[in-house]
Amino acid sequence: MEGLKVHLAGDSAIVVEFGSSVEVSINKSVIAFADAIRKARYEGVRDVMSAYCSVTVYFDPVLSNLKRLTSELERLSENISETTEDSARLVKIPVVYGGEYGPDLEEVAAFGECSEAELIELHSRSDYRVYMIGFLPGFAYMGPVDSRIAMPRREAPRLKVPKGTVGIAGKQTGIYPMESPGGWRLIGRTPLSTFDSKRSEPFLIRAGDTVKFESILEDEFEVLEDASVKLSAF
Amino acid sequence: MSVRIMKPGMLTTVQDEGRWGYQNLGVSVAGPMDRVSHRLSNLLVGNRRWAATLEVTLIGPELEFERETVFVVTGAEFHLTLNDVEIPMNTPTRTRRGSVLRLKERRRGARAYVAVRGGFNVPLVLGSRSTHLASCTGGVDGRALVSGDRIPVGEVDPTIKIPNQVKQSTDMLPVKGAYLRVMMGPQEKEFSAESLETLRTARYEITPQSNRMGYRLAGSCLYYRTGGSVLSDGTPIGSVQVPPAGEPILLMADGQTSGGYPKVSTVITADLSLAGQLAPGDWIQFSVCDHATAVRALIAQERFLME
Repeated sequence: MEGLKVHLAGDSAIVVEFGSSVEVSINKSVIAFADAIRKARYEGVRDVMSAYCSVTVYFDPVLSNLKRLTSELERLSENISETTEDSARLVKIPVVYGGEYGPDLEEVAAFGECSEAELIELHSRSDYRVYMIGFLPGFAYMGPVDSRIAMPRREAPRLKVPKGTVGIAGKQTGIYPMESPGGWRLIGRTPLSTFDSKRSEPFLIRAGDTVKFESILEDEFEVLEDASVKLSAF
Repeated sequence: MSVRIMKPGMLTTVQDEGRWGYQNLGVSVAGPMDRVSHRLSNLLVGNRRWAATLEVTLIGPELEFERETVFVVTGAEFHLTLNDVEIPMNTPTRTRRGSVLRLKERRRGARAYVAVRGGFNVPLVLGSRSTHLASCTGGVDGRALVSGDRIPVGEVDPTIKIPNQVKQSTDMLPVKGAYLRVMMGPQEKEFSAESLETLRTARYEITPQSNRMGYRLAGSCLYYRTGGSVLSDGTPIGSVQVPPAGEPILLMADGQTSGGYPKVSTVITADLSLAGQLAPGDWIQFSVCDHATAVRALIAQERFLME
């Protein structure tokens, strides 16, 4: 890769930047690079975090030699391109839109000058790329949301957003993995747990995945919620 | 064998060296705010470095040992009593079943560590016993301890001897504030030249809106050169991030894995333990150093712990 920027973030993190904008091609390289670093198992590297267009490599500055690690990362990056990314998975997320599940649905529809049904159609027909996971365990930053309904986040965040709530913040959409404060516009809720540390696979969604939302009815929510709980009990 | 919490204190949590390896999935590292005192407590009772301890914040707990054991309290200086008799800090103490340890008035520092021989044996979650409060992960049900909790203690490794020599860590405790060394960046280019100068000279106060996630600082504002918008990226512990309002936030152990505010500088690992001993109302002043200085300081700290 050409045009890489490598710099330090404190004494124990190296940031490798592949660009400075939200682009699928850049993000694919970022995720491929993060995977390659994990596979290489460099001594002293203790965490690798991929974001929209950068990878942060956390290392132990006593165990790792900064110069050597930096040059190894640079060499590794030479063989990285957007096509090296592993085949991404498609994850389907059932959502009940509106009502108590999505209290901001009406507001977002007004913002988009469309009906609530059109908004649901616009949100659920796209395939979203998971650019990165952050904020909370399993919180996926996905996009791009159709620009008509890309309402910016609230000025003042809510103190409590229920687990599973699906929100919009500008061109991004996401799912709250647990009850938490949050400033996104809430349009629906999924009965699935995107994070459950007791499950054999705690995380439903990973960076690089493709997510598709499916509109379901309220009574289906309860059925799926029960199934999700039973699943996690194993 | 368990330790029973009679009074929890202000905020007492189970912590080990942190939950490394899952930041890509949004999982914060957590772990002790004062890494050195936590490590020291494990050393003093003959635990391995990855054993879990209790981190005590500002107001100390009362706890009962349900069997004979060896324990120690390190970090912030508290008036300690065992069965109402005063005992010293940083001194491994053998105690009998039913003994009650109280951490009473706090004299210096913000956070103390209680280690028990064998380590606190709460379940591993994603490879760590550390409590992360915001995501309710790890520790005891992901929360601070409450009265009546019984925290199991793990098996003792008899091959590790309890050291005879008593180490003193209280000389590292801050009094009302501290100079913290930072490395500039990663996004110092987002800030005006005046603001970078301000960062080197200003004295900040830790506000009451501070916790294990981060310290919100009050003092001179820092301004962006341009829009100040950076795309969300990794946020190491120690990052000094600056929201649009201008007052910096120092990210601490429970900080989020990523964030979109520009980060002007990063506190070096060797000084994070000192930062962890600060409380609301204390001051912080930053001094800039380079990577080599940061690593030398960290190696010196490791040597102290190895001796």
